Amino acid sequence: MRRRRTDYTGIPAWIYAAAAVGGLLVLLPVAAMAARVNWPQFLPLITSEPSLTALGLSLRTSAASTALCIILGVPLALVLARATFPGQRLLRSFVLLPLVLPPVVGGIALLYTFGRQGLLGRNLELLGIQVAFSTAAVVLAQTFVALPFLVVSLEGALRTAGGRYEAVAATLGARPGTVLRRVTVPLVLPGLASGAVLSFARGLGEFGATLTFAGSLQGVTRTLPLEIYLQRETDADAAVALSLVLVAVAVTVVALSYRGPRRTGTAARTTAAHASGGSVQ
Amino acid sequence: MTFRLDAAVGSRGFDVSLTVGPAETVAIMGPNGAGKSTLLAVIAGLLHPDSGRAEVDGRVLFDLAGGRSAWTAPHQRGTALLAQEPLLFPHLTVLENVAFGPRSKGAPRQEARETARRWLGAVDAGELATRRPAELSGGQAQRVAVARALAADPQLLLLDEPMAALDIHAAPLLRRLLKQVLAERRAIIITHDVLDALMLADRVIVLEDGKVTEAGPTRDVLQRPRSRFVAGLAGLNLVAGTLTEHGVRTAAGQEFAGQHDSAMEAGPFIAGQAGVAVFPPSAVSVFLSEAQGSPRNSFPVAVTDLEPHGDQIRVRAGDLSADITPAASADLGLAPGMTVFFVIKAGAVSVYQA
Repeated sequence: MRRRRTDYTGIPAWIYAAAAVGGLLVLLPVAAMAARVNWPQFLPLITSEPSLTALGLSLRTSAASTALCIILGVPLALVLARATFPGQRLLRSFVLLPLVLPPVVGGIALLYTFGRQGLLGRNLELLGIQVAFSTAAVVLAQTFVALPFLVVSLEGALRTAGGRYEAVAATLGARPGTVLRRVTVPLVLPGLASGAVLSFARGLGEFGATLTFAGSLQGVTRTLPLEIYLQRETDADAAVALSLVLVAVAVTVVALSYRGPRRTGTAARTTAAHASGGSVQ
Repeated sequence: MTFRLDAAVGSRGFDVSLTVGPAETVAIMGPNGAGKSTLLAVIAGLLHPDSGRAEVDGRVLFDLAGGRSAWTAPHQRGTALLAQEPLLFPHLTVLENVAFGPRSKGAPRQEARETARRWLGAVDAGELATRRPAELSGGQAQRVAVARALAADPQLLLLDEPMAALDIHAAPLLRRLLKQVLAERRAIIITHDVLDALMLADRVIVLEDGKVTEAGPTRDVLQRPRSRFVAGLAGLNLVAGTLTEHGVRTAAGQEFAGQHDSAMEAGPFIAGQAGVAVFPPSAVSVFLSEAQGSPRNSFPVAVTDLEPHGDQIRVRAGDLSADITPAASADLGLAPGMTVFFVIKAGAVSVYQA
């Protein structure tokens, strides 16, 4: 079933060279950074009080923004993948906007929405709710930049799965809510999981929008990337050590979460091959 | 107590009326793109027709006639759909798949599983209950899909070429199973296979270009085809034209002499009406030169293809074909492109109104 080494790949030799350069472009800087770590001081550097506070805040806000991405992103992806309505293409463009927007611009946009003088902020202020420069602002900024990752990967999964299982489920007597819960979501769970992981990773690394919209208040809005940037001015060793922690956290999260999807992905492929009488070896 | 449908979908040139009795199975046949799947989608509520009305046992499925807009959602229609591919939910076990219908209608978990077990037993798949769909063969998966559709207790079962994706060994088994479960049930089955229509259906409806072109008891429709499509299904040659005293004259002016067959017609034939001449390929002889002597039809054709057909060789010439023995084919030295004479005794040609 798995592709064997003897199988013909059809890849020209020079592609491997180009691919190696591409891989190095990512690996080399990480290695260079790891080489500059002050290992004897590593533990004290990353367990200092400001470091732990920033790390804790980063993990909490990223988890919260991932949850928010799921709550808002699943309906968005469903509407984009399944429904047809006027302005759908426009909506998709706008949902994807944060992908191409400089995060600083996103932060400014959020400020003019939720800030004291902002579009909604003015009314929220009257209710005694202040969003800007709070932990909630960090979560909002992270959600803003991470939402497209979840929507894009989930919409892709929904389109690949197609609507045929849902149609069959409906003719068997399942109301739309039941179809969503028992058929659609389980079918696209791998896509949802990888989308959530990407969102979490994006949230974890968020810097520009957070700084602009939430500021850099220790314990409240100063996440790990902000702490690293701040430390870089005064203590390069601390910045490098914390950077490595951020890399480690991101790699761990991605590695842990990607194990699940790959397994179910294999099952789905087998089913597809069965259905089409395909060439399973 | 019938199912009644009358629906039009403008963008697809689809306009069909049909009824299905309480325990009747109707086969829908027709060329690709004739609107067969559109028909099932309209009935199941997956496609919104532009106009029309449908009801099953007095319950309205949709009513878009005269500006009304009654619409029953697919899950409330009781029209379970069985497609070419089993489409078993890959994340559920076989038992949970079959229990899906009863569960969706609010049956308690245990009761739904009991129903599922009963139907799995009925399709001879009880031992597969704990498997995942990925662990089933194509034939097993389709049997489970039949059980799942039946467990939903549909008032009208819709089958969209259920045998098409199965291999040659699995299809007969499923056909026998379907014959059993469709016996006392109202069903519409789309098929390309004459055997399905003969074995499973009481009536056949032929769709072409979104319209019903032929309808009637399966045997009658196949015995007396009026369109080239049905003649092809029945393995018969069909020549269309206008009726004459002795047979049929084609648009190109060719005469086909034959026996006027008015046993099932209302009244005698009228010359000039549209008619067809129908004859089996086995009644066609092939000669290198024109054969003389009446009452025979003899005309030149260009051979387009030769192919094996059972223990005979089928000689195709455009829309017509002849079956001859391999020895005769060798004697004649037949090859595509040759011009030969097709000769048919008038007695073997049935002529009737189209």
